[in-house]
Amino acid sequence: MKLLGRQTWQFAQDVFVNAAGTAVGPMESEGPLGALFDKRYSELHCNEKNWELAERRLMEDAIGSCLMKAKLKNEDINFFLAGDLLNQVVTANYVARQNQIPFLGVFGACSTSMESLAIGAALVDGGYAHRVIAACSSHNATAERQFRYPTEYGGQKPDSATFTVTGAGAALVSHQPSSVRVGAATIGKVIDLGIKNPFDMGSAMAPAAADTIATHLQATQTTPADYDLIVTGDLSGVGSPIVKMLLHEQGIDISKNHRDCGLMIYRPDQEVFAGGSGCGCSAVVTYGHLLKELIEGRLSRILVAATGALLNPTMMQQKESIPTIAHAVTLERVKGVST
Amino acid sequence: MATKEQQQAYAEKIKPLQPKPPYFINCLKAFVVGGFICVIGEALQKFYMTYFNFTTENVGNPTSATLILIAALLTGIGVYDKIGQFAGAGSAVPVTGFANAVTSAALEHRSEGIVLGVATNLFKIAGAVIVFGAVAAYVFGMIRYAFKILL
Repeated sequence: MKLLGRQTWQFAQDVFVNAAGTAVGPMESEGPLGALFDKRYSELHCNEKNWELAERRLMEDAIGSCLMKAKLKNEDINFFLAGDLLNQVVTANYVARQNQIPFLGVFGACSTSMESLAIGAALVDGGYAHRVIAACSSHNATAERQFRYPTEYGGQKPDSATFTVTGAGAALVSHQPSSVRVGAATIGKVIDLGIKNPFDMGSAMAPAAADTIATHLQATQTTPADYDLIVTGDLSGVGSPIVKMLLHEQGIDISKNHRDCGLMIYRPDQEVFAGGSGCGCSAVVTYGHLLKELIEGRLSRILVAATGALLNPTMMQQKESIPTIAHAVTLERVKGVST
Repeated sequence: MATKEQQQAYAEKIKPLQPKPPYFINCLKAFVVGGFICVIGEALQKFYMTYFNFTTENVGNPTSATLILIAALLTGIGVYDKIGQFAGAGSAVPVTGFANAVTSAALEHRSEGIVLGVATNLFKIAGAVIVFGAVAAYVFGMIRYAFKILL
């Protein structure tokens, strides 16, 4: 049985992440992980005419780098699973129009990174695909337009707000042995504890992260000590202490090995309020940084719980609260396999 | 779906972990920046009255036009949003804030064309100001008129 408990997939021993590609904007390039990203743009337009084209360029670059590293072409890929934060996941749709890989659009807000990776791994493990590319992207300016105000509007944001990462990440999943294996994945439930403030998504998403992490540990019969790192997607400076507190209440202590991608991607002195957010946040940190740490042996097993605020501006105006979700994937270093 | 009680319990629980908005500092910043914008306005008024023969009745027109132009330029070169983050209401309430709301929307929607992009979205944020401005002007105008008749 590949199902553990109600909502956790245990993959066979032979589902691997073969390669990954990342592309980021200027603020992310200047961050502490900047040098690790494959493609770095020095300005937000990424040499394109508008923001939407810029985001598309980032996703195309991430996939391009991924395929180049794996020495594969678009035709070698069975399925392309991708999503972003824009209406109708337009970035993914238009990238799929270009690359002509059979496509499944995925939306999980900022949890799309691990959602697409988990589904990709399941397709490969189930024998429904040889090679899958899982990708997602976000762009600060397209997200501002989609969810908030025009980019140049001079509204004041509170310190609990997050800053959407401009970046895209793509990963190739297949049976081809490599040094990083996809171990298990937990698909999250939608959780909503009544937070209505779109400028405080950390507080809104922390319960979803706590629920998914606790469920994953229980289903896989592991403890936090079994992981070098337990990484959340974009809980930021506000949500990170909350998730630790919520898990601590259930007797799970992740205070020693918890990290948050939203806090890893920027330096503390960069003006990003509580930290980074967006699909691109967990994607570029996982695929650009954590994967390298696994490959090079500095980490041997990590749990990445990508968190998503399923936010819709119209629903916010109708005084609804923010539904949130988190999907978790275990990535493990495989000894004795060179990539 | 969480119950009302669960939601309230959660809100209580996370309160100590949430950053407190620095109300006093924000008010101070808004006061200083808002005041500074008004000082510029005052200087412009004096300038137009001294050199261009405007009167106290009509000097408001060239003054606000100049402030709007400055704010629009600052929005275009990407500075006004930074002032806004610093000053909050201080830069949002004066006419410059209105100019920023209109200009930023125009810039944002340029990619969708002049008619459906810029023209349609121009008053996306500022529209509410115009609506309530017109309604308030009407209401207070009526009140004033009523007083005039009665007294």
